[in-house]
Amino acid sequence: MKEFLKRSEGVWLFIHSPAAILAALVALLTFIGAAFAPWIASVNPYDLGSFSLFDGLLPPVWQEGANPKFLLGTDDQGRDMVSSILYGARLSLIIGLSAMVIATVLGVGLGLAAGYYGGRFDAVVMRIADIQLALPAILTALLIDGIARGVLPADMQQDLRIAVLTLAIALSLWVNFARTARASTFVQMQKEYVQAAIIMGQRPIRVMFVHILPNILGPLLVIMTVDLASAILLEATLSFLGIGLPADSPSLGTLIRIGMQFMLSGEWWILWIPTLFLVALVVSINILGDFLRDVFNPRLR
Amino acid sequence: MLTVENLTVKFPSRFGDITAIEDVSLCIQPGEIHGLVGESGAGKSTVGAAIIGLLQTPGYIAEGDLKLGDTDLRALDPGEAHALRGKRISMIFQDPQTSLNPLMTVEDQLIETIQAHENIGTTAARTRAIDLLEEIGITGAAERIKSYPHQFSGGMRQRVVIALALCTNPELIIADEPTTALDVAVQSQVLDLIRTLADTRKIGFILITHDIGVIAQISDSVTVMRRGCVVETGKTAQVLGAPQESYTIGLMDAVPPLDRKLRRFRVPEETHDSDGSVSRAEQWLLQGQQQSEIGLTIDALQVQFPGVRTSLFRRPEPFTALHSVSFEVKPGSILGLVGESGSGKSTLAKAITGLVPPSGGEMKLGGDPLPTGKARGRRHPSRQLIQMVFQDPYSSLNSRHRIGDILSEPLWLYDLVQDKDERRALAADMLDLVGMAPDAIDKYPHQFSGGQRQRIAVARALLARPRFLICDEPTSALDVSIQAEILNLLKDLQEKFGLTILFISHNLAVVRQMADDMVVLRHGRIEEFGPSEVLFETPQASYTQKLLELTPVMPKEWNSA
Repeated sequence: MKEFLKRSEGVWLFIHSPAAILAALVALLTFIGAAFAPWIASVNPYDLGSFSLFDGLLPPVWQEGANPKFLLGTDDQGRDMVSSILYGARLSLIIGLSAMVIATVLGVGLGLAAGYYGGRFDAVVMRIADIQLALPAILTALLIDGIARGVLPADMQQDLRIAVLTLAIALSLWVNFARTARASTFVQMQKEYVQAAIIMGQRPIRVMFVHILPNILGPLLVIMTVDLASAILLEATLSFLGIGLPADSPSLGTLIRIGMQFMLSGEWWILWIPTLFLVALVVSINILGDFLRDVFNPRLR
Repeated sequence: MLTVENLTVKFPSRFGDITAIEDVSLCIQPGEIHGLVGESGAGKSTVGAAIIGLLQTPGYIAEGDLKLGDTDLRALDPGEAHALRGKRISMIFQDPQTSLNPLMTVEDQLIETIQAHENIGTTAARTRAIDLLEEIGITGAAERIKSYPHQFSGGMRQRVVIALALCTNPELIIADEPTTALDVAVQSQVLDLIRTLADTRKIGFILITHDIGVIAQISDSVTVMRRGCVVETGKTAQVLGAPQESYTIGLMDAVPPLDRKLRRFRVPEETHDSDGSVSRAEQWLLQGQQQSEIGLTIDALQVQFPGVRTSLFRRPEPFTALHSVSFEVKPGSILGLVGESGSGKSTLAKAITGLVPPSGGEMKLGGDPLPTGKARGRRHPSRQLIQMVFQDPYSSLNSRHRIGDILSEPLWLYDLVQDKDERRALAADMLDLVGMAPDAIDKYPHQFSGGQRQRIAVARALLARPRFLICDEPTSALDVSIQAEILNLLKDLQEKFGLTILFISHNLAVVRQMADDMVVLRHGRIEEFGPSEVLFETPQASYTQKLLELTPVMPKEWNSA
């Protein structure tokens, strides 16, 4: 293991790239904070009894009139901003990660099969992908959201908000995975080890997932990170527009939407702190994606 | 004219400087063709790059003198070096496909080069370019010069590359594997041209190649390199005809002769634990030999590919890769299949393995009809009986799997060995049988050299207990000494286990060493089919005669050394 760390190109590049280290730090802290939000946060923003209106609109600690209990101030309801952001990031990441996983499974599965079988199957899958690409991601998400509202009974709608939002985001992201997986599969299909497996009479599923998939993981990992950032942004956009999560279970996008009302009223922190946090998170994940691309694709360096 | 003294080139890396070539000295006279031979990684190309000043970054010349005439090449600033490149030293690259700009006509490329070095008008430059092409052997040069590179054939394109190198009257031309990408017939024309230019124009050539036959045919003097150092240097006849160093002797022994069949190559054998006992893998393979030797009959096989669509409404004319090919591989024999690139050799192999569906004809494996293309089920017995060894050992093993997993795959796939530990033990034994250390089993393919990987590929094929082995150019990606080892291995295995082998190669000398019978393929048609010794001694088809004649060979007396 020690020898591996010493020799590994990726580790070496990482240690010598301050941007990557900083990005990894921001992302890691966010993930930990989000995962352990219920234990770290001082109040639960979903629990109306845990905060008080009397604490409303307090500024961050470095401004006059702050209460040291609330590090980054409070919103108009008296909710602690730190806690709101932790819980908001938690929701945003849950939705972003699950959307990414669904998109990966769907996209890589279809892309591998399209690359492996080629011909008509490939044509059908890729035309669907083309149509999907022609629709803006938000439109797709709105469409699925609309269908869900029409189809699901009213009492289930609140409970399934998160699931519908996740699915909507996943369906607008799978094309990236499908295209990359298909292109890489085409390259691998020409390699003799794949031909050897086919000649031996191995099952197509095995050839695809045991032989080809490990060899195309590099580019897919890069897309996974970049698309995680897109998924988080998409969720924030939808929530900001009011079609995502409601105000009583705020994600980062919802927090920004609430903050909009205070943009010009002097209580700047209610809008700017969640916004800057979202920007920092998304930029960090994108930098990590770039770094991964450099590791897997030494020629672009 | 050119003197290189004590040249040392280093490449800095994270783990200190790596010495690519060390203490290399050369001397080239006008009109001399100096061959640089050596196996891959010997540093041949680095010598050429250092002379012309195009070392890949971050490589640098650590020591030594480079002198062209009176000019000290190391003392030049980048601008002077740039002016000298092309003007006094030119270069010919390996692949004529990529060394010409596909978007410019040959005319534009030649005129551009001439005007870059000389202040003359376009008309004068064009006249010079046409004269050059005529000299180089392109007929109707005034017309052809307006063509784009893709409108020339491979050999013609390499001529154009040579014309480009010549158009500034250089004193020295560095040719880096100039004929490796070409077929034999074209190769011999290009080599003749190089020889003529050296004689008439008194240009010095550095000919970098791994092909000893080429060196033997045209070079005046030769330098043998190994691991960045000079092993031996001198007149070609002296160095290759009466080699002094053991490395050169071994290298010469490994070159397959075209004029006779050796039983085995003389290569230093690794110490193989031959204590007389039959290894487990060997025993296991012999058990599978209950079935008798198996032959393959191919009758009027035809393969067509969809052609290029020329009209939206008409079906494209199909391209016929194989025109009703028929031959027979006798049980327990080796059939050599030779032909130039594009002759349909690999298509034939793919048709036999079921990767490509033929459009007509029949195949029979040991008397049973062999279903073609998709009609052959995954569980069809031929999937096990026919195994294949591929050309490129770097892509034929899955780089993400351990050797143990790669080797165990056929064992469980064909349900030959149920127990997991037993599979592992057998795989380790098989590695031993193909001449590798059994501890390779836990490593990944990238930890091995090309030759070792090809041994692993052979082991994988054997572990399926095949009766029929297809070897598609199994040694063309390997160095000669490794080639000799692999060919010896294949011969031994064939004798021991009574395998039937279809051996595909473009190299006639290799086929002569291996094959009992031989098929000569050209443009998808069989030119000649018969016992290989008869074919080599008294070829009937004019095409076979031409191939044999044009293959570069070493003078007979050298081989007896």
